[in-house]
Amino acid sequence: MNQAPISADSAPLRILYFAWLRERVGTSEETLTPPAGVATVADLLAWIPSVDERHGRAFAQSALLRCAVNQTFARPDTPIHPGDEIAFFPPVTGG
Amino acid sequence: MGPTIRVQTAPFDLTAELAALTAGRTDIGGIGSFIGTVRDEHAGKSITALTLEHYPGMTERALEQIAATAWTRWPLLGCTLIHRVGRMVPGEAIVLVLTASAHRAAALDATAFLIDWLKTKAPFWKHESYADGTSAWVEANAEDEDKANQW
Repeated sequence: MNQAPISADSAPLRILYFAWLRERVGTSEETLTPPAGVATVADLLAWIPSVDERHGRAFAQSALLRCAVNQTFARPDTPIHPGDEIAFFPPVTGG
Repeated sequence: MGPTIRVQTAPFDLTAELAALTAGRTDIGGIGSFIGTVRDEHAGKSITALTLEHYPGMTERALEQIAATAWTRWPLLGCTLIHRVGRMVPGEAIVLVLTASAHRAAALDATAFLIDWLKTKAPFWKHESYADGTSAWVEANAEDEDKANQW
């Protein structure tokens, strides 16, 4: 499987939000097109607050947030590709 | 038989789940169980309802991975994980963990492992509604993380 990194060709990403982050962003799901150069979860987290004021506020404490890429927990250095399903959310509290 | 995993809004029936876990089996020597229920108090506030949000798709995958890990670590003969989502009131059951093994140690340890991991490695979020009309998202507990990391 050879997937081009998103940095090579900027493309829309499907992004999901949960719990208080969903409330603060104001939607449970949206499609965003980050600029070329956004290649990892950390890159995306650094860019998202600049989308608009609402995202800026929602992601103000981004160190608290967790991420999943294609429904698997991800780390800051996890690469992202066009077509990936990205989710941001607070630490989980099930059980 | 592999693990039984379900995410559902409806209450679960412990007797039915136990019967399903043990149906036709005579090799089981011990069954471990944990049932998590909605408590009516948190940090001094009176709780009227608890609402569980989850990440459909990822939740099931995460529970399957957690069950598969338990399966590799203990000689399990059966395992049931049921987690409810949606709105619940104090006294209702939220989560069911059942494990079956030939001997008690594996069943009890696997049960403790499963609930500890489930709390920190599956995408569920609790939202509490209080008697005074306010509500809040439950914050993750560092103690839960420590417990999960002990395994």
